[in-house]
Amino acid sequence: MVSLVPSIRAVDLTKRFGPNHAIDRISFEVGAGEVVGFLGPNGAGKSTTMRILTGLLSATSGEAWVAGRSVARDPDSIRHLIGFMPENNPLPEDMRVIEYLRFRARIKGLSRKIGKNRIEEVLDICDLKHGVGRKLIGNLSKGYRQRVGIADAILAEPPIVILDEPTIGLDPHQILGFRRMIQQLRGRMTLVISSHILPEIEKVCDRSVILNRGQVVAAGTRSELRAIFSPGQTYELRIDGSLSEVEMRVKAADESLILRDSYREPGGNVRRITFSSESNSNLVPRIIQSLQGPGLPVIQEIRIRRASLEDIFLAATKKTWKSMPNPLREDEDRITGSEDDQE
Amino acid sequence: MKNFHHLLRHEIRVLLFSPATYVAGVLFLVLMGLIYWALLKGFTMSPQEETPATEFFRVFWIPAFFVVPLLTMRSIAEERRLGTLQTILTTPTSTFVVVFAKFIAIYLFYLFLWACTLAFPVLTTEMTTAKQAQTILFDPASLLGGFVFVALSGTLFISLGIFCSSLTRSQLVAGMLCFTGLFLLIAGSRLLLEVPLPETGPLGSLNAPFEYLQTFEHLLDFSGGIIDTRPFVYYLSGSLLFLVFSVILVERKA
Repeated sequence: MVSLVPSIRAVDLTKRFGPNHAIDRISFEVGAGEVVGFLGPNGAGKSTTMRILTGLLSATSGEAWVAGRSVARDPDSIRHLIGFMPENNPLPEDMRVIEYLRFRARIKGLSRKIGKNRIEEVLDICDLKHGVGRKLIGNLSKGYRQRVGIADAILAEPPIVILDEPTIGLDPHQILGFRRMIQQLRGRMTLVISSHILPEIEKVCDRSVILNRGQVVAAGTRSELRAIFSPGQTYELRIDGSLSEVEMRVKAADESLILRDSYREPGGNVRRITFSSESNSNLVPRIIQSLQGPGLPVIQEIRIRRASLEDIFLAATKKTWKSMPNPLREDEDRITGSEDDQE
Repeated sequence: MKNFHHLLRHEIRVLLFSPATYVAGVLFLVLMGLIYWALLKGFTMSPQEETPATEFFRVFWIPAFFVVPLLTMRSIAEERRLGTLQTILTTPTSTFVVVFAKFIAIYLFYLFLWACTLAFPVLTTEMTTAKQAQTILFDPASLLGGFVFVALSGTLFISLGIFCSSLTRSQLVAGMLCFTGLFLLIAGSRLLLEVPLPETGPLGSLNAPFEYLQTFEHLLDFSGGIIDTRPFVYYLSGSLLFLVFSVILVERKA
């Protein structure tokens, strides 16, 4: 049964370090069982938010609840509810993987017997069997160290797991392993994953919360975010023929289509042309129809390119960048303005 | 005190894997062995009023100045630098238990090092056949008094070391702070007696607290078989205070 109480709820969370706002009145919710990505450039406030949610830092103002319990007022009980892997995944170098997990199981309150079973289980989930358990943590590769950190975070089967930059420094094979691991955990616990490696978040998360300069600039599923930050459609055509003719005919098919980009493929007359339209309806049949007939350019390929999380992220962060006062940008504007005046 | 014994076992393990522990241990035993040998040599040259055990414990400050910083400097500073402290603080364990486990682990090792020095009077007693010499070399009252003093003062010294370690991320800075703190505590309190104060009046009332802080006087009392409760209050309350400050710092700077 899905719990009606959100796993995480933050209302107007603010953290100041001296005069600087690390986070400024951020509010968001994470539902039970969701896999949510926390995105943002470096210094956006992701780690600060996560540290507040785990009770490591206290917020200057605002409040956070974990499974309905206040982090500030009931910090002891939330420690039972959260598994946390901090940024850079700090681990004791001189312990063996199995020794470390045994120690962590005991201080997380698992009995010897339950702990033993859980360790076997997490070693399996995190692919740490086959001799890795006996190795010293200091001798493990970055990928295996990340797995040990994740194994520790999920060890006591907490309902909420927070992973701060779990994919940083992983090679493509290890990233695939990480994705598989998250798929195995999906539905068993609420996962909050912070990263600035956007394709990873895009592949594993149900929803994203985008932070920039300490503020939530967007939150929602990819399609929700796309509707807000990248409305309309983008069409990519691979076509054999003249650009001017293609442009003229496509525009005649639908006035909303605008030529965005074009380049000729080397060694031939084939071009790759990109059109965009603010309309959300599918214009592919119209484009195809407009280019059908003898002597007209031949469509070799046509596809709709959906805005990736990266496009959404760039659009969302650019929006906040423009809306926030910044003396440096004012200087830039002034310089640009004066250049325009000169022209 | 939930999880205390798991954390204590972990801390003892960390201590046993740390090179600084072995450096401290070897330096301590070599230095104390040499001091004991020099003391015995002095006893063979001229008659002495005190027993070798009393004289031996009188130099407790020499090892305290380097052993305590070496053992404590890593405790919190290094864990904070590596980030392993925050992984422990996100588990259902109170900060006091985390700090207290570190304190007890180091304290037990400190006591173990001093217990090793018991071998010096035992070995020298075994080597001599003269009954009178045996009695002087292995004087149970002075030895017991000396060990009680070392155990008691050790609580304050080690909690001070842990407090210094909780102030910074650098082991080196923590070690230097601890050394300075111990110097002020042991030698500085002696300097307080040099302050010319009147016998009576409001300023004169400071004489009693200044004498209360004299670590060397406490040692003499214990070696003489006088068990006074005032040093117990001083050392135990002082160590508790430093531990509480350490807990506050760990929570604030986690």
